Amino acid sequence: MIAVERVTKRYGEKVAVDDLTFTVKPGIVTGFLGPNGAGKSTTMRVILGLDRPNAGHATVNGKAYRELQAPLHEIGAMLEARAIHTGRSAYHHLMAMAQTHGIGRARVLEVLELVGLTEVARKRAGGFSLGMGQRLGIASALLGDPATLILDEPANGLDPEGIRWIRNLLKGLAAEGRTVFVSSHLMAEMSQTAEHLIVIGRGRMIADTSVADFVATASHGAAVLVRSPQATELREELTGPDVTVTSREPGLLEVFGLTSAQVGEAAARAGIVLHELIAQRASLEEAFMQMTGGEVEYHAGTVGADEREQVKEMA
Amino acid sequence: MSAIASAPPARTGRVTQLGVLRSEWTKLWTLRSTRWSMLVAFVAMAGLGPLIAAIQMGRWDQLQAHDRFTYDAVNTGVGGWHLAQLAIGVLGVLVISGEYTTGMIRSSLMAAPKRLPVLWAKLGVFAAVTFVVMLVASLISFFGVQAIVTQHHVQRSLGDPGALRTVIGVALFLTVLSVLCVGLGTMLRNTAGGIASFVGLLFVLPGISAILPSSVNDSISPYLPLNAGTTVASHTFDNPHHLSTWGGFAMFCLYAAIAVAGAAVVLLRKDA
Repeated sequence: MIAVERVTKRYGEKVAVDDLTFTVKPGIVTGFLGPNGAGKSTTMRVILGLDRPNAGHATVNGKAYRELQAPLHEIGAMLEARAIHTGRSAYHHLMAMAQTHGIGRARVLEVLELVGLTEVARKRAGGFSLGMGQRLGIASALLGDPATLILDEPANGLDPEGIRWIRNLLKGLAAEGRTVFVSSHLMAEMSQTAEHLIVIGRGRMIADTSVADFVATASHGAAVLVRSPQATELREELTGPDVTVTSREPGLLEVFGLTSAQVGEAAARAGIVLHELIAQRASLEEAFMQMTGGEVEYHAGTVGADEREQVKEMA
Repeated sequence: MSAIASAPPARTGRVTQLGVLRSEWTKLWTLRSTRWSMLVAFVAMAGLGPLIAAIQMGRWDQLQAHDRFTYDAVNTGVGGWHLAQLAIGVLGVLVISGEYTTGMIRSSLMAAPKRLPVLWAKLGVFAAVTFVVMLVASLISFFGVQAIVTQHHVQRSLGDPGALRTVIGVALFLTVLSVLCVGLGTMLRNTAGGIASFVGLLFVLPGISAILPSSVNDSISPYLPLNAGTTVASHTFDNPHHLSTWGGFAMFCLYAAIAVAGAAVVLLRKDA
């Protein structure tokens, strides 16, 4: 189990991680989300004992990483930044790692096979493509057959086939009962694999929740879309202190401040015909955008188009 | 997916200093740059002495009587260190700075998170390899030179006073130099800075000292790293201002110890 307790990490004036506390639950895939620069990699580096926090501490299975007797057997890690000497072959890199723990050559060959690098294992890692580099990173993480894995943006820069491979691998690892903590700045990727989410922005906790709850929370305050041939009459029925109604096109209303049930009941009371009644739900991607919007360090114009996942409800 | 755990390795293993030593041994020999630099150091150490001896013997008649009389075939026999020190120093910086510039250090420290075992293993492996390779090269050079200078009957034997000590002393000097440079590389973490500081410390400082008034220079220069370190690698001295054979070497060891202590502190304190 990974536990991060009140960790703060500063680089000079810049606060990369700000009083962050969470635990990664065992046996499931936990997504670690946040925009680029949110502090995900820094948090992982603190967990792995590479960076010393200015305050707080992180533990793996109850111990600081530096105190682990056999770290490769307890937690396998793949960092976003490459952690491989470009002049050394994949095979020799893994051998050097394995020897520190007395892990044999057979396991090195096994993980090379597992990630599909057997044929290029003797070639210099410096010549590897991004995808091959990621695979070698995964092989290093799996070397000690650890029960916990921590992967920083494993899908980054991969082609669709590589992304599918990573996705299946993560699912497979979780199915074996392993704890997987995986970071991404892409929400869609997480929705495919993660059960639980830890969302941060500018180094601070935004949400520590299940994927389903995350979407529900983000959907709170979203509009109810209602289509009716009697839209004008319906509009007069929908009143209240916090209710606002807008219209983008004739016959279609966007209602804020009421649930779809309340809108349907109001229509029934007035005997108004409805053709559509839709409670809008934020997609995972949108929920993420909504929650982290203010936490993105550098905005690159306006974010994305309005791609709402519309869940139709029977009225 | 079942392959992930199909043949789990013995999870009983733990990080040991011996394991980290094995790992560093593998790391040292699985880089082309290391193998080449070590080969260059070997060829320089074994070959430069005989080359100089051959040139001197060819010009023997033009040498002044005094030079012929004081000709020291032991010093010539180990003269290769003048070139080998550069290759060893650069390699010493590279074995650690290369890990920082490529990011390999993160893997190394994740596998051995107590960190100091990595430094000890690196120093141990590199120093041991340097000593063995340089001792062999030094012996080859010594015997090669003696064979060449026999034509003018100025050869020495390994049994002559100070000869064996000089031959071994060269390997000792280069070994401690390798330790010093690993220390510098660990402190500075980048190749250019590490090499610049090694060159500055060893070769530039004596030049600066030489500009000073000679009375000052004479009292300072024996303590400078290169002059202190090479007392053990010298059979006879041209310059009367030098420390004793083992006193100078002890001074050089002190410089190396300071660099290693600095390296240990930096390694433990700074983020990787």
